[in-house]
Amino acid sequence: MSDKMHIKLNVNGKNEEFLAEPRELLIYTLRERLNITGPHIGCETSHCGACTVTINGKSVKSCTMFVAQADGAEVTTIEGIGGPDDLHPLQEAFKEHHGLQCGYCTPGMITRAKKLLEENPMPTEEEIRFGMAGNICRCTGYQNIVKSIQAAATEMASAKEAAE
Amino acid sequence: MIPAAFDYYRPKDMEAVLSILVEHGDDARVMAGGHSLIPMMKLRMADVPHLIDLQDVPDLSDIVVSADSIKIGAMVTQAELIDNAELTKAAPILREAALQIADPQVRYMGTIGGNVANGDPGNDMPGLMQCLDATFHLVGPDGTRDVAARDFYEAAYMTDREDDEVLTGVTIPTPQGGYAYEKQKRKIGDYATAAAAVQIVKDGDTCTFASVAMTNLSDTPIYSADAVEALVGTTVDDAAIKAAIAAMLEDIDPSEDNRGPIAFKNHVAGVILRRTIERAWSRA
Repeated sequence: MSDKMHIKLNVNGKNEEFLAEPRELLIYTLRERLNITGPHIGCETSHCGACTVTINGKSVKSCTMFVAQADGAEVTTIEGIGGPDDLHPLQEAFKEHHGLQCGYCTPGMITRAKKLLEENPMPTEEEIRFGMAGNICRCTGYQNIVKSIQAAATEMASAKEAAE
Repeated sequence: MIPAAFDYYRPKDMEAVLSILVEHGDDARVMAGGHSLIPMMKLRMADVPHLIDLQDVPDLSDIVVSADSIKIGAMVTQAELIDNAELTKAAPILREAALQIADPQVRYMGTIGGNVANGDPGNDMPGLMQCLDATFHLVGPDGTRDVAARDFYEAAYMTDREDDEVLTGVTIPTPQGGYAYEKQKRKIGDYATAAAAVQIVKDGDTCTFASVAMTNLSDTPIYSADAVEALVGTTVDDAAIKAAIAAMLEDIDPSEDNRGPIAFKNHVAGVILRRTIERAWSRA
């Protein structure tokens, strides 16, 4: 066993400090150490995207990052995007448009979709499919996920317009 | 999946990186985005007792576009390649290829340096670097040296880079003419069943320059000088394309795996090279 490292993370706006082996994968840090269980473990092999979080402004599969690499980083998970009392427009839209069935992939889907809409606020269907290609869903066939993201984009654009 | 334990280093400069490499030899590995190395470590196919994370080493993330060449730092990510408008104007084939690598999450982390230095025949950038006649920059305890991309790859995961050297960047001559990078893959995120990179220059109706390289069809990326010869001086008609494909097939040496038997790979290689040449020529 290698020496433990002193790790500092900011997760969903909260500072966390702990000792961990550098080989600990970030998804385990989040789920088992910090009890942030929104990001899921699907494949654990960088394919499925269920563990997607945002790290320093990038969508990252947290099964493919050592906690040591994330030392000093800002991490946002689905919990930092919205909750039962303050659903994000993406969460509202996934609910409204049946963007999920079993729901296992949904935290990763919404976390990735949020970043996609930050980079491209009104994506075409093709751009959504390309931008969401790192997230796999085995239930929906993706059609309603695309619809949900389109609906959220429209909602967010009109909210922005109303605010201006 | 839990990788074997390792000591983690995040040095602040290249001197410190090199001293760790010299101290630990092939027990130490540098890591850029980690999206090849970490999966290998999780599968325990790579054993890295000393892991050196390059994220804090300065001067590895620049893209410098000059009149006749382009220099890209090793830590430039695929996402940064895709988003750099100046680079895309000077060498659009880089963006076209990078968009076909893996998926968005992987492209935020994966770097050009890791992609070319890893020596994985499935990676796309090594083939592209053959096509573009890139030069790789290495630094080691004895100083810096340059290696032509076409001389860099020896076998799968075996390159000209020594254990105590770090690849710091690549330089390509500004590409000329039409371009295309075509990749056949089973699904998004997969490595190529076959991929081809072509740059081609048209003068009147005649091809005056071409470059042809193939990905994942041998244990190294393949630059096909004979395919180039079959194209240059022609009007890139059907006969010339057939000759280029025949020449390319002599240069590749695919092996059977879960992407298909050898006959299928040769077939796909031919289809993909034809598409690549035709599209590059239409843009020339």
